[in-house]
Amino acid sequence: MAAAGVAEGWCAPEVREAFPGLRLVLAETPPAPAGWLSGASPAGVRERLRALSDRWSGAQAVMVRRQAIPAAYRVFFRHIGLDPDVQRTPLERAVLERLMDGGFVSRGLLHDVLLLALVDTSVPVWALDADALDGPLGVRLSQEGEPLGQGGDAPGLAAGQLVVADASAAVAVLFGEPSPMHAATTRTRRVALFALQVEGVPAMHVEEALWSCHTRLEWAAQ
Amino acid sequence: MLSDVLSDALRRQGRIMVSTEQQLDVDYPAGERAAIDSLRAQIAKLERELSGIVAAGFPHVSGAAVSERRSSPRLLSLGELEEIRDRLVQRVHNAQCRTGSRAEFERRSRALLERMKLEPGRYKFVRLPAADVGEAGCGVYQVRPRLGIVGMLAGWWELKLSSGCPLGWGPRASVAPGGGFKSERAHAFAWP
Repeated sequence: MAAAGVAEGWCAPEVREAFPGLRLVLAETPPAPAGWLSGASPAGVRERLRALSDRWSGAQAVMVRRQAIPAAYRVFFRHIGLDPDVQRTPLERAVLERLMDGGFVSRGLLHDVLLLALVDTSVPVWALDADALDGPLGVRLSQEGEPLGQGGDAPGLAAGQLVVADASAAVAVLFGEPSPMHAATTRTRRVALFALQVEGVPAMHVEEALWSCHTRLEWAAQ
Repeated sequence: MLSDVLSDALRRQGRIMVSTEQQLDVDYPAGERAAIDSLRAQIAKLERELSGIVAAGFPHVSGAAVSERRSSPRLLSLGELEEIRDRLVQRVHNAQCRTGSRAEFERRSRALLERMKLEPGRYKFVRLPAADVGEAGCGVYQVRPRLGIVGMLAGWWELKLSSGCPLGWGPRASVAPGGGFKSERAHAFAWP
């Protein structure tokens, strides 16, 4: 994978057939010294969060559902059996938290970088520990009782759930948080980023979201 | 009957018999696929419609159904998609009803405001939030006596609009001209 480039993940045939517009888009940061993700975000990132906080009011939090990209995710949520008014789409959840907290609160470099990409582009991005992955990521259906992640205490999945998986395990339920074993932490040296492009979301926005995360993480690593 | 036997055999093979002379090939998976696509398109249209109604009716109209439970992302069957479509139709209908009743409430509030302007003496101390007539902000229309006690004695009443949202440090205890707390007479109807 190129340093700042993006790649496309795989989709199981039944998923591809059901959702021809679904794409898993991937990017990966170059290796950095251990501990580079710990500590506070750089001042520029925190400043950007503050600036974005000022742009979101209560009324906009409701209006966001009418914008093209958030609306596309809401429709996709319905198509996969999620109710976006109960399980909010990532952008709506972030905007709601901003209203509750009074601003986009900085919670560390990785969190902030993903949040900025989400608010800037409306496309959610998730981060994994690239060294914990086994092969490229893709979207498939889960097997009955299959663990989310690996290890004895990994929770079991029901059959037929849509998951993001590598060659050996499911690493996250679609639109859910990654398993603790695969999630990027402060010990992570290489971050694997992935975003889900659904029908109605232009590829450019997805790539911009990944590029934004990649660039900010690269700067922070230097 | 031979035609029934033939019809059953063809149906099992994924074909249906229209008549003994004419046979129409039907690809069942393709037909189901088309039905699923059609249902998804309907769900997308309903979702956009619901979002539009909720956004336009904010904060008085909500699109959320109280009884909805959390679920897991999965591939939905035709039946499940139909169920989602039907629930969305119901929610759009409910949201439209709510929008309609809100519009009626605001119309009645505006009519009351007009009457308060024309005959303030008949609506002494009646308060009408500006939000109830569809205006933004926290202002409240209230019929008050001009020049305080003098106005009360002389029957000089006027409609005033309060200055807006309360300050950050909270509301002040307001005292009516007579010394007691200000009357909080609600107007004739209220938005539920």
